[in-house]
Amino acid sequence: MTLDFIVLALLTIITAATPLVFAAMGELITEKSGVLNLGVEGMMLTGAVTGFASVFFFESAIVACIAAMLAGTLTALLFAFLVLTLQASQVATGLALTIFGVGLSALLGQNMVGIAYEGLPTLSIPYLTELPIVGKLLFGQDFLVYLSLALPFLVAWFLYRTRAGLILRAVGDSHDAAHAIGYPVIRIRYCATLFGGAMAGLAGAYLSLVYSPMWVENMTAGRGWIALALVVFATWRPWRLFLGAYLFGGITILQLHAQAVGINIASQFMSMLPYIITIVVLVLISRDRNKIKLNAPACIGKPFHPAA
Amino acid sequence: MIRLERRSESSRAMTYLSPILALVLTLLAGIALFSAMGVSPSAALYTFFVEPVTTVYGLTELGVKATPLILIGVALSIGFRCNVWNIGAEGQLTLGAIFGSAVALYFYEVEGFWLLPLMLVAGIIGGMAWAAIPALLRTRFNSSEILTSLMLTYVATLLLSYLVHGPFRDPDGYNFPESRIFHDSAILPIIFDGSRLHLGFALALLVVVAGWILISRSLIGFQLRVMGNAPAAGNYAGFSQKAMIWLSLMLGGGAAGLAGVIEVSGPIGQLLPQISPGYGFTAIIVAFVGRLHPVGVLFAGLLMALSYLGGENAQINLNLPLAVTGVFQGMLLFLLLACDVLIHYRIRFGKRSAIS
Amino acid sequence: MRKTTLLKTLTASMSAAALLIGAVNAQAATKVGFVYVGPVGDHGWSYQHDQGRLELVKEMGSDVETTFVESVPEGADAERVIRKLAGSGHDVIFTTSFGYMNPTLKVAKQFPNVKFEHATGYKRADNISTFSGRFYEGRAVIGTIAGHMSKTGVAGYIASFPIPEVIRGINAFTLAMRKVNPEAQVKVVWVNSWFDPGKEGDATKALIDQGADIITQHTDSPAPLQVAEARGVHAFGQATDMSAFAPNAHLTAIVNNWGPYYIKQTKAAIDGSWKSTDSWVGLKGGMVKMAPYGSAVSADAKTAADAVVAGIIDGSLHPFQGPINNQKGEQVTKQGETVAIGELLGMNWYVEGVQGELPK
Repeated sequence: MTLDFIVLALLTIITAATPLVFAAMGELITEKSGVLNLGVEGMMLTGAVTGFASVFFFESAIVACIAAMLAGTLTALLFAFLVLTLQASQVATGLALTIFGVGLSALLGQNMVGIAYEGLPTLSIPYLTELPIVGKLLFGQDFLVYLSLALPFLVAWFLYRTRAGLILRAVGDSHDAAHAIGYPVIRIRYCATLFGGAMAGLAGAYLSLVYSPMWVENMTAGRGWIALALVVFATWRPWRLFLGAYLFGGITILQLHAQAVGINIASQFMSMLPYIITIVVLVLISRDRNKIKLNAPACIGKPFHPAA
Repeated sequence: MIRLERRSESSRAMTYLSPILALVLTLLAGIALFSAMGVSPSAALYTFFVEPVTTVYGLTELGVKATPLILIGVALSIGFRCNVWNIGAEGQLTLGAIFGSAVALYFYEVEGFWLLPLMLVAGIIGGMAWAAIPALLRTRFNSSEILTSLMLTYVATLLLSYLVHGPFRDPDGYNFPESRIFHDSAILPIIFDGSRLHLGFALALLVVVAGWILISRSLIGFQLRVMGNAPAAGNYAGFSQKAMIWLSLMLGGGAAGLAGVIEVSGPIGQLLPQISPGYGFTAIIVAFVGRLHPVGVLFAGLLMALSYLGGENAQINLNLPLAVTGVFQGMLLFLLLACDVLIHYRIRFGKRSAIS
Repeated sequence: MRKTTLLKTLTASMSAAALLIGAVNAQAATKVGFVYVGPVGDHGWSYQHDQGRLELVKEMGSDVETTFVESVPEGADAERVIRKLAGSGHDVIFTTSFGYMNPTLKVAKQFPNVKFEHATGYKRADNISTFSGRFYEGRAVIGTIAGHMSKTGVAGYIASFPIPEVIRGINAFTLAMRKVNPEAQVKVVWVNSWFDPGKEGDATKALIDQGADIITQHTDSPAPLQVAEARGVHAFGQATDMSAFAPNAHLTAIVNNWGPYYIKQTKAAIDGSWKSTDSWVGLKGGMVKMAPYGSAVSADAKTAADAVVAGIIDGSLHPFQGPINNQKGEQVTKQGETVAIGELLGMNWYVEGVQGELPK
């Protein structure tokens, strides 16, 4: 019973954490290149509505996910053009992108309210999926969950084991030096920002196709902001980010369980827990000043213009 | 191919022309957007930008709506100048409203000229106290204020929810989630008869002036500039980064707290579960659109407020859904932010010419 | 004498101007304004009010001209929007959220000739009526079905905020469920939001994991039903028929049916019979309706639910009929009595059978 219960709770936590992993991992790459995009919420919503519309239009979940990523990429392109080509303020443009995305998604989704979708198919391997305890947990998820599990490996490998990752980090840490060596700083930042947009779009698609398969306005309900906070929480490390998403998702779910058991604490205080614990854990891991400095991209948020 | 060429010095003309250019471009973009939506562009643009301020009442409402944006925007811009990223002004605003309301409700039976000033001070203290947490965590434990201030916003909202559903609830209000309606002496005086324009707007203007003096005429302003542009140089000069972090967050928190108590003791008149539709976040945009300068913030705050009033009008007069307002506001902001590029750069089209 | 003529010319010229301005529109149309707290695309509370507005348009055709403003925050903005509607020639204005109560009151004072209709509040004036649905009657119906359909005897309740309306619903549901199954328990999870599909879904999962095999909600999105469908348990729709989201799990829904009231009040405003009233309308008046039963509902459950609906309509049954015990097991309402209306309005205690303690 207890073991079953833990498995069930874990299944819920996976669903809660997966969109955060996508959106935050994309933002991590963006920020590693030295660009701060606060418009994650807007990009996620655009992805969510596009994914939901596409699944009916193309009748394919994979195509719908790709469409959502494209939509996220397009919104990120708009952002990138403004902040990278036209040197607009990154913080303000990101926030404006959120306002824009909320409006745009609501406009696009006007005729999709009240339509139901049965959700992405989950993996079903004969015997394996029916295994007790681990069966559903390991072999019964949808393909996006597996992708999100692979993501920290891929991102960590890319950042720390490939030349491209090294260049990306160099651009984020010192754009002047990177430029002097001859790297195309702006082009690299474009790529990183567009990747962030694609991942935010995918996170949105996860919400509208899996988490709660439907379209309603503002359905992200602030998850884009949590993703942004998680990147800081993780001190720009992929694995810490992954753990952070599961920590945040986990506490959110556990406080719901605690309420269902009938715990005698005002529900508002229970709902505060994920935020407070995230702060406490951040304080614990960031006390060591030197460790953080090694990871935070030094040029984050700063505009770059190659000196002529 | 678009290419930027840095001007040898920033263009004075463009400092003033770029917002005008942005507005012209917004009008063009608006014509395209509204035509696509099947509404007359001229009617839509008139509804957005002109109609809200064609009456005295409309003008006073503009002031009401802009007050919190200007107050918070001015204070935040000071912090942003030295790279302190307080994005939790919304939470600090909430605490200001809570503290101010606590005073108003505690002295519910008492009347006195001192009540209102006490509330305002309580609000400022509330906002500062909430901002002190990120300040302390940043200076003492090196924790990023981006995360802590944002997370504390959610905590503040839930705390407010707890209070209005519990201890602060109106005892005669059938347990509905709102406080008693404040006493007259806990309500900000109206500065224009027949409207809702309250003393808070005057306070916001004072803060603009104070902010201007602070950044341009004081040693602190100089330190802020140095720490923002060249932290290393600042350190050599003996300026303390910790002090700058504390100062930035206290100013931001105090102003946000003041904005919060002004909202509850001004246009709202009681404590509700929701007192701000995201002023703390919008003020960040306002700060940047205002180029982190108090006077710029004043104009940006008014423009932003106008676009909200215009959005309401567009729904009432033209039956345009709110979503269109969001898209339009987004475009307006993009263009305003983008046009500022002209201050520091010339735009060149075509391939890079031979280096002179 | 001169004064009157002057006034007359003035009004004449002003109405001529008004005619010119409104020339495109039908001149005689009565303007009706709506203020919504959420987006019309929320598929919940505001969506349902907008459905009511559309019904009004359908019924009255060109006799009315409607306007709505969506996502109006319940703070300082509400007063301006309501005033704007009143000032732009709207004859009837429906303000559809509790938080608009005091703003409505303030604006109504300045516009004595405009009729205001405030939903779910309790303050009235000569030109303000209040209205709300007796949704707890619907809760009694679904509670009865839950008592019949639940095998574990545990129901999960996803709640938004601890306001009387929500607590009343929880109690009505619990009382009805325990009338069928005296051992039944109701677990409540507060998500502290009216609308967060993800979190509502997560809360549903938590409740199912803890043994609930029937789910009901007082939040806006259909996410709990989708989860119920996926997990093979039963659930009820909220505000609107949500069977499209959960064809098997959806047993019925409590439908907020505002249209008839909007039509009635608008007609009253047009023919001059409008009076300030308080309407708390339930199944009998049709403001609360039950969606068609899902195929999973057993014959017993159907019969019992139909009997509850009929009893409530003919007045022989009241969802809050004694004896009622509170959580401590103390009798608070005697046999043969019903909970007083004031007590219902401000309900802030749980009946026996609800788990967990209500935050004070």
